Amino acid sequence: MSHKSDLIADDILGYLKAQEEKSLLRFITCGSVDDGKSTLIGRLLWDSKLIFEDQLAALESDSRKVGTQGGEIDFALLLDGLQAEREQGITIDVAYRFFSTDKRKFIVADTPGHEQYTRNMATGASTADVAVILIDARKGILTQTRRHSFITSLLGIKHVVLAVNKMDLIDYDQSKFDQIVAEYNEFAKQLNYSSITAIPLSALRGDNMIEPSANTPWYSGPTLLAHLEDVQVEQDAIDKPFRLPVQWVNRPNLDFRGFSGTISSGRIKPGDEIVVTASGQTSKVKEIVTFDGNLDEAIAGQAITLTLEDEIDISRGDVLAEAKAKPDFADQFEARIIWMHEDHLLPGRPYLIKMGAQLANAQISALKYKVNVNTLEHVAGKTLELNEVGIANISADKALAFDPYDKNRHSGRFIIIDRFTNATVGAGMVNHSLRRATNIKWQEMDINKGARAYQKGQKSAILWFTGLSGAGKSTVANLVEKKLHALGKHTYTLDGDNVRHGLNKDLGFTDADRVENIRRVGETAKLFVDAGVITLVSFISPFKSERQLARSLVEEGEFIEVFIDTPLEVCEQRDVKGLYKKARAGEIANFTGIDSPYERPENAEIVVSTADQSAEEAAEIIVAKLEEFGVLGAWFPEI
Amino acid sequence: MQPNLTHLRQLEAESIHIIREVAASFERPVMLYSIGKDSSVLLHLARKAFYPAPPPFPLMHVDTTWKFREMIEFRDRMAAEYGFDLIVHINQDGVDQGIGPFTHGSSLHTDVMKTESLKQALNKYKFDAAFGGARRDEEKARAKERVFSFRTETHRWDPKNQRPELWDIYNARINKGESIRAFPISNWTELDIWQYIYLEQIPIVPLYYSAKRPVVERDGMLIMVDDDRMPLNPGETPEMKSVRFRTLGCYPLTGAVESEAATLPDIIQEMLLTRSSERQGRMIDHDQAGSMEKKKQEGYF
Repeated sequence: MSHKSDLIADDILGYLKAQEEKSLLRFITCGSVDDGKSTLIGRLLWDSKLIFEDQLAALESDSRKVGTQGGEIDFALLLDGLQAEREQGITIDVAYRFFSTDKRKFIVADTPGHEQYTRNMATGASTADVAVILIDARKGILTQTRRHSFITSLLGIKHVVLAVNKMDLIDYDQSKFDQIVAEYNEFAKQLNYSSITAIPLSALRGDNMIEPSANTPWYSGPTLLAHLEDVQVEQDAIDKPFRLPVQWVNRPNLDFRGFSGTISSGRIKPGDEIVVTASGQTSKVKEIVTFDGNLDEAIAGQAITLTLEDEIDISRGDVLAEAKAKPDFADQFEARIIWMHEDHLLPGRPYLIKMGAQLANAQISALKYKVNVNTLEHVAGKTLELNEVGIANISADKALAFDPYDKNRHSGRFIIIDRFTNATVGAGMVNHSLRRATNIKWQEMDINKGARAYQKGQKSAILWFTGLSGAGKSTVANLVEKKLHALGKHTYTLDGDNVRHGLNKDLGFTDADRVENIRRVGETAKLFVDAGVITLVSFISPFKSERQLARSLVEEGEFIEVFIDTPLEVCEQRDVKGLYKKARAGEIANFTGIDSPYERPENAEIVVSTADQSAEEAAEIIVAKLEEFGVLGAWFPEI
Repeated sequence: MQPNLTHLRQLEAESIHIIREVAASFERPVMLYSIGKDSSVLLHLARKAFYPAPPPFPLMHVDTTWKFREMIEFRDRMAAEYGFDLIVHINQDGVDQGIGPFTHGSSLHTDVMKTESLKQALNKYKFDAAFGGARRDEEKARAKERVFSFRTETHRWDPKNQRPELWDIYNARINKGESIRAFPISNWTELDIWQYIYLEQIPIVPLYYSAKRPVVERDGMLIMVDDDRMPLNPGETPEMKSVRFRTLGCYPLTGAVESEAATLPDIIQEMLLTRSSERQGRMIDHDQAGSMEKKKQEGYF
């Protein structure tokens, strides 16, 4: 198998000793199928003798059957993993490959170069320290080269190998090579790399892959493998301030209380002072506990358990930090975001973000601009689509501890999760915290919501009427408000159409605008609730997520979802405003129920239908329910 | 001063991080224990992750009833020695129907006694996360497997619909009935595993070491006659040969290699000088092209 080392046969114990000192390098290869990327990786595996004979036999037979090298060994076939891809002849996901030499073990993230798979490249780049960017020497720098470079730099990779491949097809022409390198260096000035190493190669012929090539006497630099073995990647994680995201509180008995996690940066010794970022409490490290005994010191990358001198409250998600160099702690920050899902990013929609062991509800409060990954131009936009990159302000429901990603690549990074499908829909890297998060404090009032509602003899709440256009929302809401008013209750109605004439007149009917529409209305309704008022909101509000968002703005029990469940056929038949007719004729786009979805509520507090009941009957049912929920009676606030 | 961590220490830390993350994020995790060398490493890492506490989850062995006797002895000894809560699950329906590799063939046997049995056990105990010892270097289909691999309510894996995995942040969100398989040693190679076993002196089943064992040769594979359930063909007599196993499974489906390697360094030396990959000793991979990918979609590990 691997390694040509004679030690294996002669002195296996000596060999094993030497192997224990090996380091690890993770790198990503970027390029398209045509650049010969699979051939390049296949060749590295091949030449480091990592291919077994049975695999070789399979490779030879596959090369004859489906190979592209006229029956000769097609190294690319070593890499294609999934059957469907093999038939299509393309790689469509991130695959990890392993090889090792006497100096280093390598983990290669192999990702495709097609535009629609930016997501995969970002995934592969996230754990890589070096990027090998392939260029077809005949074609030079292409749009995809710029894209690959931008994405790798976005993910914080500092070291690039410019692998100028297929030199055999341009007769190993030095001037063409120099020209490509000069052009690339000029372009890369904006990308923050700390090293760029250009190597003239032929992956297919083996030139400068492992051994220096006789075909490029003008090149005196390292071969690809030699460079990968020697490149010094930033070990500066160790020199940064100490950070330990607590994953697990280890408490086997009353006498032991340890905090387990992987040190993301810095170093720690017993006696060092640490601070819990969220609470500001400080203590000193008592012991660094591991299965192999207590340590005198631990460094970035080690998975350890700390015990402290003092009993302070620490749980999963807390970040222990060097007391003199605390990370940022904020609930609002600016981040660059890569969108990874077919469902677009919608500003205002509540998502989950997971940052290390911290989990929070969060929304994109403003998408500042998108970045065209091909030209690096800034483009205005309201949403991010799959594989788009943007700069956005994020607002979380609690403060998070982080360092800006560019300062510390092991911090300030997060994934975005859809709260309903649980899919990982995006990834982000923090640029900086937003000042207003730390400077604007919530003003506590002496007269609070409870006091205001008590004075009115009611409990304040939002009655959120949802349903299709023409379902009877406004009609029923109007009747309910009249009944409440007659009972002496203090009410207000926010009507979908009316609000669009004022507060929300700048918004259209795209998905992004609908989300913002609901967000503003939800926030307005929240103010009314705070004022002690029973607030009726009559809105189609087709998306579950946004109704959930509105619900999450107020306290439990204050949000009463009223689903006017009138079937589409009935609404369309009524067509009071003539809108369905227009939508069917294609004159209105994005019309709910026709060409835009309505997501039915699953757990609405009240469900009525104006198909089976009169609007009057529906209103009576709703008022009776409000009575039942205790909204109409005075209640004793906790003042 | 330590300048950096070696590759084994980095792999170890990564695995511990994953194991802790699963334990912290799921309600009912379980560690699948196959008794092989990868499982031994996994078990060792789990002990490290929670020291001085014991791991906060049980071990589960899906027993096909055709494992080598020495594997079962080793399993029970390890569980007793380390104080693990061990669950052994056997597909009783399969046993009642008399399913076995000799009578029903490797494919049906694996399907009923392993794949189906595993699903049965996961449903029975309502585990929402199961650790496995799969590695990405084992097989092409596994090179693209996630560390947290999402499974539907029916335990299916959808290779076209995997969650992207960035940095060391794993998405642990699932709905009721869904689950994940977690692979903490995804990034280890066979050589890493052996080097680590050597470095850490991790106990492994003696079958990995060479000894005189009774074997017969069938379809180019050396099959050990581990008990009297093995029917011998006319003219077939077990021969005592110095053999060992590079991979362990059901004894009728696992080929031995002739070897004199009786110590760990011998084994590693032999592996480094040999020219065939470890899964070659397993019959199920050869059934059809892309068979591992097909098995994974159906819920095999």
